[in-house]
Amino acid sequence: MSTNSGSNTASSSDSRLLPDEVLRRRRRQYLEQSIVAWLLRVTALISVLTTIGIVLILVVESVGFFSQVSVWEFVTGREWTPLFKPQKFGALPLIGGTLLVAVIAGLVSLTLGLGAAIFLSEYAPEGVRKILKPVLEILAGIPTVVYGYFALTFITPILQGMFGSDNVIIFNALSAGIVMGLMIMPMVSTLSEDAMIAVPRSLRDAAYALGATRFEVSTKVVIPAALSGIVASFILALSRAIGETMIVKIAAGATPNLTLNPLESIQAMTAYIVQISLGETAHGSIEYQTIFAVGLLLFVMTLAMNILGRVIISRFRQVYE
Amino acid sequence: MIINSAHGPGGKSKRFELIRTWRDRIFFVGFLLAILIGVAGLAALLIDVLIDGLGFLNWKFLTNYASRKPLESGILAPMAGTVWVVGLTAIFTVPVGIGTAIYLEEFARKNRLTRLIELNISNLAGVPSVIYGLLGLAVFVQFLFNGSRNLTAGALTMTLLILPIVIIASQEAIKAVPSSYRDAAYAMGATRWQVVKTVVMPQAVPGMMSGIILALSRAVGESAPILIISSLVWVTFVPTSPDSKFTVLPLQIFTWVSQPQEDFRSIAAAGIIVLLLILLGMNAVAIWIRNKYQVRSE
Repeated sequence: MSTNSGSNTASSSDSRLLPDEVLRRRRRQYLEQSIVAWLLRVTALISVLTTIGIVLILVVESVGFFSQVSVWEFVTGREWTPLFKPQKFGALPLIGGTLLVAVIAGLVSLTLGLGAAIFLSEYAPEGVRKILKPVLEILAGIPTVVYGYFALTFITPILQGMFGSDNVIIFNALSAGIVMGLMIMPMVSTLSEDAMIAVPRSLRDAAYALGATRFEVSTKVVIPAALSGIVASFILALSRAIGETMIVKIAAGATPNLTLNPLESIQAMTAYIVQISLGETAHGSIEYQTIFAVGLLLFVMTLAMNILGRVIISRFRQVYE
Repeated sequence: MIINSAHGPGGKSKRFELIRTWRDRIFFVGFLLAILIGVAGLAALLIDVLIDGLGFLNWKFLTNYASRKPLESGILAPMAGTVWVVGLTAIFTVPVGIGTAIYLEEFARKNRLTRLIELNISNLAGVPSVIYGLLGLAVFVQFLFNGSRNLTAGALTMTLLILPIVIIASQEAIKAVPSSYRDAAYAMGATRWQVVKTVVMPQAVPGMMSGIILALSRAVGESAPILIISSLVWVTFVPTSPDSKFTVLPLQIFTWVSQPQEDFRSIAAAGIIVLLLILLGMNAVAIWIRNKYQVRSE
């Protein structure tokens, strides 16, 4: 591999130059470097400013809202009717809707993702693994609006066929949850598989030597050893599910509804934010401020889960020599 | 682990052996099924879209504007919007993303501040895209452009959204350059910037490019933030400058999916086919670049 060595600079033969000219050139090079270092530092600051911006905007825009509605009422109120009188600002129906879809997505992605990870890491021959793993990861690259379409036009009719179209509303939490589970499955399987592959061969060999079957090695040796990675992958995937917008907007409905029945229509927090953005809401009105209050809650929830996931990965990772 | 063979060929332990063997086989099928369901889901999605949309995909669909009549609808405006947004996003993202990566990998001391910046970047990567939409609405649309929902506001929002991905990918590309190359340049008296400019960058650029293209493909498919920024659903013009109003392909698809008429759903499927083809193309280019220029360090 050839490297473009610095032809115009340090490496060229400078033997004919006078010492003070070398010195001047050297000085210019260091000046150039300090300017560049400065510019680079500024670009690195942009990502820090982004975080500050997000927190600041969410807090500042919600302050107006929370001066009229108490935080307690917001997080414990069971009615959410910001668009018609009497206005009620209890976010529990939105939180419940979000969590209902996320739990369904979590169940689907954990079952499929963990199964796939065990298959890829413990059972699949290298050739099969090399084909199946990239195919599975295509799922993570498909735009969410496409998943929304898939939920609405493919999964929902199937559910209506199974449970009867009287029982299944067109927009329902189950359809959105199943499809979202499919979307985050590669995340669970990739991160879990990484954790399983990190378990040393010798532990498996020891179990096999005692006469264990592959299933016993997987469930009694590999999974316990890789548990922190698996749990973390699951938490990170759930955080993705909570923040996901288009699938719930398209397929789960726009009815703030505190329910445990997945066949009913609900409204997720993200779907509410998008719904208000599409309507004609005056800048500065309390309806406008609600989307920032809901956004703040969403940000805090996902941030907490992301940090928890990362802490589990770094704190509880088994280190094998 | 229980070792039954020690009990000899007794009936009870033999039956237990059989149970263990069968449990192993059943769960093998179960694990295989899990991954196959995932693959089948992908196949069902693609086939569903193709069956619904392929019949509506024709030249008129690519050159018409959106219309109240599904059969006369086209994707000219959102296609142009997508090209504009991706182009502007690339212009904003490349210097900032690569600059940050170079700073973190080559210039910054490994101290607490640097760790904080890196932690911050990985946290940003986990922030839901709809939150970036709110940020863009408040900072770019309301504050910077005085309520104008224009292309630049959309592209700036997308830039912030994909910046963490670009930074992390660029850092990986820089890390892949063997340190012996740097040492050789330093030994010849090169300054830090000279090393970056003449040794590290030529090696790292292909890796960075493929990472940036993948990040831009994420921006092509993303709709939630653009929905908040643009909030336009029936656009019948091609944007001509960075301060034009706009829509993008996923947003147009969303609009069509939300219509109750069956024909609009089919038009949405045709739009999805175009969107997936664009993403496929971008991913193929990224993979091709990566394979062609992969640094083979011994």
